[in-house]
Amino acid sequence: MMEKSYEALIEIVGPKYVSNQPEEVFFYSRDPGISEPHNPDFVVMPGTTQEVQEIVLLANREKIPIVPMGASLSLAGLCIPLRNGIVLDMKRMNRILEVNETSRYVLIEAGVSHGVLQSYLNKNYPRLMHSIPDAPPMNTIGGNMALFGSGHLSQETGFHTEMVQGLEVVLPTGEICYTGSCSVVPKWFARGPLPDLAGLFLGWLGTTGIITKLSIRLYPKPRKKDVLIFVTENPDFIPDIVYNITETKMAEDINIFAQPKPDWAEGFQQTAIYITGNSEEEMSFKRGLIRRSLHKYIHNKKGGFMFVLPMMKPGMMESPIRELSRFADVEKGGGFEYIGVIIAIEDFPQLYRDAVEIAAKYRPKWSIMCRVIGRGHSIMFSYAWPFNRANPEDMEKARKALFESNASGLRNGGVIWKPDIEGQSMMMKMMDPNTVHLLQKIRKTLDPNDIMNPGNWEIS
Amino acid sequence: MYTLKFDKSICASCETYDCLVKCRYLDLDLDAAKTEKWRLINGEDSIVLSNCVTCYACEEYCPYGNHPFYQIVDLQEEKNIYPAPQPITNQQIKSVSLVGKREREDLKDPVISLCVFPEAKKPIKGKFLNNPTSFMGRDYFCNLMYLHFGKSSVIKDRLPKVIEHIWDDKLSESESKQLICYHDECFGAFSSWAPAYGIDVPFKVIYFYEYLFKQLKKKAHHIKRINAKVAYQRPCSNRLCPEQEHWVDNIFELIGVERVKREFDREQALCCGSILRMQGRDDLAHELQKKNIDDMVASGAEWCIFNCPFCGYTLSELIKERNIKPIMMLDLCNLAWGDNEENREIV
Amino acid sequence: MEHEDIIHRCFRCGYCKFPEGYQDINCPSYRKFGFETYSPGGRMWLIRARLNKEINTSKRYGEILFSCATCGNCMEHCVMPFKDDLLSVFEAAKAELVDEGLIPPGVRDYFKAINVNVNPYKEPQHTRADWVQNTGIEMYSGQEYLFYVGDVGSFDERGKRMARAVAKVLKEADVSIGILGSEETCDGNEVKALGEKGLFQFLAEKNITQFDRLGIKKIITLDPHAFNVLRKEYPKLGGNYLVLHYSQLVAHLIRDKRLSFNELNAKITYHDPCYLGRHNHVYDEPRKILQTIPGLQFVEMTRNYENAYCCGGGGGNFFTDILGMGEDSPSRIRVREALDTGADILAVACPVCAKMFEDAVKTEEIEDRLKIMDLAEIIIEARNQ
Repeated sequence: MMEKSYEALIEIVGPKYVSNQPEEVFFYSRDPGISEPHNPDFVVMPGTTQEVQEIVLLANREKIPIVPMGASLSLAGLCIPLRNGIVLDMKRMNRILEVNETSRYVLIEAGVSHGVLQSYLNKNYPRLMHSIPDAPPMNTIGGNMALFGSGHLSQETGFHTEMVQGLEVVLPTGEICYTGSCSVVPKWFARGPLPDLAGLFLGWLGTTGIITKLSIRLYPKPRKKDVLIFVTENPDFIPDIVYNITETKMAEDINIFAQPKPDWAEGFQQTAIYITGNSEEEMSFKRGLIRRSLHKYIHNKKGGFMFVLPMMKPGMMESPIRELSRFADVEKGGGFEYIGVIIAIEDFPQLYRDAVEIAAKYRPKWSIMCRVIGRGHSIMFSYAWPFNRANPEDMEKARKALFESNASGLRNGGVIWKPDIEGQSMMMKMMDPNTVHLLQKIRKTLDPNDIMNPGNWEIS
Repeated sequence: MYTLKFDKSICASCETYDCLVKCRYLDLDLDAAKTEKWRLINGEDSIVLSNCVTCYACEEYCPYGNHPFYQIVDLQEEKNIYPAPQPITNQQIKSVSLVGKREREDLKDPVISLCVFPEAKKPIKGKFLNNPTSFMGRDYFCNLMYLHFGKSSVIKDRLPKVIEHIWDDKLSESESKQLICYHDECFGAFSSWAPAYGIDVPFKVIYFYEYLFKQLKKKAHHIKRINAKVAYQRPCSNRLCPEQEHWVDNIFELIGVERVKREFDREQALCCGSILRMQGRDDLAHELQKKNIDDMVASGAEWCIFNCPFCGYTLSELIKERNIKPIMMLDLCNLAWGDNEENREIV
Repeated sequence: MEHEDIIHRCFRCGYCKFPEGYQDINCPSYRKFGFETYSPGGRMWLIRARLNKEINTSKRYGEILFSCATCGNCMEHCVMPFKDDLLSVFEAAKAELVDEGLIPPGVRDYFKAINVNVNPYKEPQHTRADWVQNTGIEMYSGQEYLFYVGDVGSFDERGKRMARAVAKVLKEADVSIGILGSEETCDGNEVKALGEKGLFQFLAEKNITQFDRLGIKKIITLDPHAFNVLRKEYPKLGGNYLVLHYSQLVAHLIRDKRLSFNELNAKITYHDPCYLGRHNHVYDEPRKILQTIPGLQFVEMTRNYENAYCCGGGGGNFFTDILGMGEDSPSRIRVREALDTGADILAVACPVCAKMFEDAVKTEEIEDRLKIMDLAEIIIEARNQ
């Protein structure tokens, strides 16, 4: 049967873009995180929506699981084929189809990477930008959107899913569907005011269909950028600090980070406040307002702005910040994984304390990296744990740290972002039973043969 | 522990109280200055303690060398009246702590301490100075910057160790037992602060610009006169060794550079503002920076020469925006000597 | 295996695939084949898997390793501290396959040709200096410089045209040069990159012995591949010479006014060869040459300097052809990029690039719109105006 399927896949995409070779099987069975590997039967690289459709129809006929994959940088094992089958590497579908400059959206195929879009806009539409996540530039926009990513504009405008205007999706049963204005008229400028079908595919970790095209919002690109870093020694101050800064509406991005190294960072919370503008007057004005919003901390000597050395700034102003990927080499081990928790702002201090406690148990080197979402509506709080993949004992400690991080996030009232299998399981156990039932009902309706990334969002 | 050599009787007989009267940030007349000074001497609270911007200038203003600034810093710590927010102070204390990364080297003269400025390594290696021996690192850092944070205790704790490290690790094989200090603050630490607290410094310190001037003089035939009008950004730490400032003029004269006459130079020099920003006094920092740079522009300066890398970090971009070229003094000397990439031969 | 201690540290973040500005995929093999396994991160993970016996040596594994064009983009743009060792890791992994005798046929044939013929063209060595006829260039007998031509410059028709042009320019500038002619042996750069350490050592030692016997102190190379290996690897085996690529010397000749030009009106762009640019950081001299010629309007490609996109000829691919010539081949992508600048001429400084691009413009059917010329050919044309 597998031989037949292999030939059928070659028929669809051509021999160059199908592999069942040990090399591809090995590589695509795992991701850079700590999840256990599972071998795919095939790795396929479709080039068009029609090819995706034909593959899905084949998969239904033969009951072969399909896992759509972007760059596999979730680090949570979300593109690992838990029940084998086909890994669909979407990166051949990498065309930028249209930029509507006036209504500020871009229509792309799902395999377009953030880096390529960033470069394209810089060159051709220098007044426009999209929200760039912290993941490396190879990260695909389709994948990032599908798992509720966030980026440098999320403080102002919310999660990346909120920036989705329209989708082209191949359903698990093979139909090609559209969500948003593009389902009615040729333009992809809005998600509503129709029933919000995009919600059936965003955050579902590829279990309800394959996004093949999407239109996302673009934003005005300012000419100037700067960063201020506010330093405190007490995490209890952070909610109020975030409240005050966001109240000014002057910051583009607000990240809070903490780590034990370098040694000047240990014991401090550093709130990086990014401001942008088109003139020095505007920048000066914004800096002034932000500084004044934190005046009481400065006056009481409880917090202050760090002097950011000129050699530090370029690295901090990058999008994405390359230093974040270098974190994987902190243990000279090539790996890190993080648990991201979306949580109410006031719960930050307890998560922070939990993270420090978990670190003391398992990981001397760690990092807390957080981003304020949506002008202070929530925080994406991440506990990041580097590990040495050549040391099984070290990996086991990292696993334990990750487990306790999941538990801490949920215990303190958060919801785990792009959860690994363990995190999904924990959440589904806590989830309202009717909600669980609804999830299952939707999945069954859309995917009667249970082929789409099975093993995810399931009660185990 | 070390105590400041401060003589009350000198202040008692002082008629001018220059230390506070001349202070450009406190705005005190003679009577007010006298009142506040005696509060300080008696260990009482004074507006001086909370309002001092830590520019070091009063060390220069005092004609008797009675260390008014060091006294302020000691009192700030005693009374927990710190200039900067605690997290910033604590972070700065951690950032350059001793780390135990010492290296014993048989260095031959001249021996230069580069403080903690790695950017000085490349210009030192140029053909002009011909790669003199140098060292740097946290275990050799003077720590005097904690004067800006009201933390004399940190300096008292670390500086004696640093002096020992330098002596044992770097100067034991040197013939002259002299240390050239790239940064004025190191020079000030060994020549002014340490003696003021009775800390013995077994080596002689040489002012970097004295060394530069003598090197230029030796190779004077190589000099290409620059013929530029420059402003000089005098650093706060030069207030601890004002008798060395003439080397700046000596160098400028030798290399054909005109130090423009401007309001905020020499004794009237303004702080670059970096410390003020760390203290949270951004409005004042902004005001000073604007005054300083407006002054440079009005005086016709084409370049601004920096002594201290920190002043450079703080003001370079602002200066460039006003079409003035920022350049470190060492780079200026290299330029005058003709040491730049284009002139190097490939074969 | 050498560098085994760093292999597990690859995070497969993918920075290695891109240039600095993320314009497009900059790894030729990944761009061509599409599967992650053909990217630098893919290779690192597979090499480790093989060492851990999670996969076996196979034809595909060999293809993955040997399809690397050794362009150095990964070394340039990897964000990890061990980035400078990436190509050395791949080389060590290839060496293991060489030792086991499990190498692709094209690679095997390349080694065999050099073993037997001392050149990969299987041409008799006595024809090596045929290109020099009527140039006035003599055999080396104590001149200031040895002009080291290399295999491609000696035997490939396009390479020979370039060798003649460079020789002409140097002669007209009164540079004292001589060649080894039929005594010249392969420099070994590609041999080393393909993992044949023993053969490389043999070639290098042979060359060093010959150079030292002749008293050679200064060498000008036609080919950046030779420039790379003579400059970086020969000193480790005792061969210490002043090694220049011809563009470096020519730039100085122009600066010292030993070469003059008439106006040449054309719009021109320049391709940074990997072994001149990324591997050896020579970016400015070729540009200085072009920018000095009056009438030339110089435009940069978007991917330039350390972000240049490889022609696909490195890592032995010029001979093994593992990357092939389809629409996604590096050289075709690159000439399309050059055409997009509006340039009439794509200037090169490497005979491998010259040949790869000339074939590409023919396949793309744009040879009437984009001419491939090396720097020396451009100088000659300017002098003849």
